[in-house]
Amino acid sequence: MSNPVSHNLAAPGVPGRVCGTTGLGVCLDAQRFIKLNAVAGIVFLLLGGIGALLLALTRWQTVHLLPVDWFYRILTFHGINMLILWILFFEVAILYFACTTPLNARLFSRKVAWTSFVMMLTGAVMVDYIILAGQADVMMTSYLPLLAHPLFYLGIILVAVGTLTGVFNYFATLYVARRDKSYTGSVPIVTFGATAAAIIAVVTLLHGAVVMIPTFTYSMGWTAEPDPVWYRLIWWGLGHQSQQVNVCAMVTVWYLLSNIVVGARPINETVCRSAFVLYILFINLASAHHLLVDPGVGATWKIWNTSYAMYLAVLASMVHGFTVPAGVEVAMREKGYTGGIFGWVIALPWRNPAFSATALSVVIFGFLGGITGVTLGTQQINIIAHNTLRIPGHFHVTVVGGTTLAFMGLAYYVIPLIFQRDFIFRGFARLQPWLFGIGITMLAFGMSFAGSMGVSRRSWDIDAQGVYGPAAHLWLGVLGMGGILAFTGLLVFVLLCVGTLFFGAKIKDRAMFDWGMPPALAGSRPGSLANDHYATKGTMVLTLVFLACFVVYYFANWKALADVWPVR
Amino acid sequence: MNNEPKIHPWQKLLDNTWLLLVLGVLIPVLSYSVWGWIELLFTKPALLP
Amino acid sequence: MSLRPLTAPWFHAPAGHEKIWLGCAILWCFVMSLMMPYWHFRGKQNSTGEAYKVAPADFHVRVEKFVESNRVGTFKNANMANPLAQDLPLVEPPAGGDAYLLGRMWQWYPALRLRLGETYRVHLSALDLQHGFSLQPLNMNFQVVPGYDHVLTLTPTSKGEFTIVCNEFCGIGHSNMTGKIIVE
Repeated sequence: MSNPVSHNLAAPGVPGRVCGTTGLGVCLDAQRFIKLNAVAGIVFLLLGGIGALLLALTRWQTVHLLPVDWFYRILTFHGINMLILWILFFEVAILYFACTTPLNARLFSRKVAWTSFVMMLTGAVMVDYIILAGQADVMMTSYLPLLAHPLFYLGIILVAVGTLTGVFNYFATLYVARRDKSYTGSVPIVTFGATAAAIIAVVTLLHGAVVMIPTFTYSMGWTAEPDPVWYRLIWWGLGHQSQQVNVCAMVTVWYLLSNIVVGARPINETVCRSAFVLYILFINLASAHHLLVDPGVGATWKIWNTSYAMYLAVLASMVHGFTVPAGVEVAMREKGYTGGIFGWVIALPWRNPAFSATALSVVIFGFLGGITGVTLGTQQINIIAHNTLRIPGHFHVTVVGGTTLAFMGLAYYVIPLIFQRDFIFRGFARLQPWLFGIGITMLAFGMSFAGSMGVSRRSWDIDAQGVYGPAAHLWLGVLGMGGILAFTGLLVFVLLCVGTLFFGAKIKDRAMFDWGMPPALAGSRPGSLANDHYATKGTMVLTLVFLACFVVYYFANWKALADVWPVR
Repeated sequence: MNNEPKIHPWQKLLDNTWLLLVLGVLIPVLSYSVWGWIELLFTKPALLP
Repeated sequence: MSLRPLTAPWFHAPAGHEKIWLGCAILWCFVMSLMMPYWHFRGKQNSTGEAYKVAPADFHVRVEKFVESNRVGTFKNANMANPLAQDLPLVEPPAGGDAYLLGRMWQWYPALRLRLGETYRVHLSALDLQHGFSLQPLNMNFQVVPGYDHVLTLTPTSKGEFTIVCNEFCGIGHSNMTGKIIVE
């Protein structure tokens, strides 16, 4: 079975090492590309974050920092750097991990990985350059007939094709891992979740190519202008579906970190995996929620697609919202933390930044992001929300408070385990997820309440419109202050990561620094609750509270809708 | 070969990455993109009396 | 375990707490699935996307024809921030009839006067870029796209002066772009 081109890490001559902390195999090729992509991601996170601070201080009308043209420029810059560059680079890093270490496999191809990275980086630099040069003040969405310089579209095409190349490397690795018998049986849940993310990424990037290529050729003057509503339809096939990649990646990271820190395992593999399958089949339909108040697409198309096929993909999120905490609860109870319904919660390693980031991500994404998302994505309720600040209020809790915060938590293990450096200034690291999480929550509350009062998104100055009073200004102030706090959390994170890469204690032949894992108590019985399906009382209470909040928020919005003029 | 434990058909489906990839591309492309595109193509011209 | 392959068959039907939660979640998804179709048939606020293809130049001509035949005065816009919308023709469509409203950089043209309780077919389109029709303080929002006549069948049920804000980015004057609907 062992031949020179085997992709089994256990085969002789395959470049790999054994991790000193987990005992798992690490493919050295994958390690190199995890490092490159993670570092690139964090660079774009910083750029996007600086943009975020400038924007928050402008929408806070009292400060109104940026002049009008730079506001729209930085808004475009911020959207691209956060929603496309930071997150895609980091996700490619996650994919390279998920197809190698858990399967004891070697990455399919170094050349393909280089091609992917170089294309993505070139495209990213191209897009950032042309935006800052003032040639692409079109927002991340670049809705036709707004037209940017051709380099803007070319850059995005390169990033999309580069990412697709990385995704190809992922699937190819899965294939050869199976072929070379690196593992037997089913892939673990972390790889399964990453596969779901990769499948959705394929759909995303195909839409990106279909919309961006004719727009690029139009910007060069070679072809006719694509129809603007068609553009919106296909663009959101890229734009929203990329966010669904983020959801899958985030949930995968929840399973990964809860396993590493607390020893949690999926309480029912069938249930957890089926939820990922519901994502694969149906989550992409809901890109339709961007076109709910558009002309040209009808009510049936809108209702069916925005419902994620009768909310089957929402069901999937609610499943993970149960199984992730449930896995933690079972692991804690088995360790002996059996006091009351919530004794296990108090005993959790809240000082472990990877854990606190995960917990905050679950709560923020679930309670704030999920509930607002489904509600705002209801065809009729969208009438009182479309293009108001309620929309950024929603997506800052999902993609920032949810995905980005989870990825930050992951970094607290990736840097020691893959870069083999222990973090510097660990006290700050323990605080960082709270700074960022609370900041983003404040920002999102400011946005959501201002948006409920009709304040628009993507607008430089609300005073010019003459219809917004002191309450709206107050909430924009909350937005501003939340933005400052969130930026502080982001900056601390970036400085810690960069500082650690340069100055962190090297890890050689020893385990990484232990951020804190709950110790097994005297009464600990590992695996004892494997067949007890009634052990998760605490999680049951939490999820029922979540459901109650959902029901109240949902119907409150229908009531608010009923108060506006009849329209059809 | 006959000593292998029986695998539930649902597990077989979930283990089939390639089938999931095909369905995961086909279903959203048909339901969201193609259907939406068709709606736009069938938009009637305005009367503007 | 979450990070190691599963070598034994793992299929297991849901049981216990996870089954209870699954049941609650499915029930809630079912309720939500019914709400949109229910409101489509019985609710008063819907976004059906009724639209027709139109060349912007043709729509412009139609709007001017509408202004000419239904003009009742001039609306003086006191909002000095928008020099492009200082004086707008004030136009009243026939009760139960069609109104034509265009968005362009950077105004909504013309100003409309509507009667309480009457139903109008408001035709919205844009001449240049995409714009966002955002009626304040009601906070009703619709997308306005060049090339599409987006028809809203609208019934004002409250009186007063309402401002149309643009909430789709349309260039440097975007936040100054406003319009007016007066309901009497």
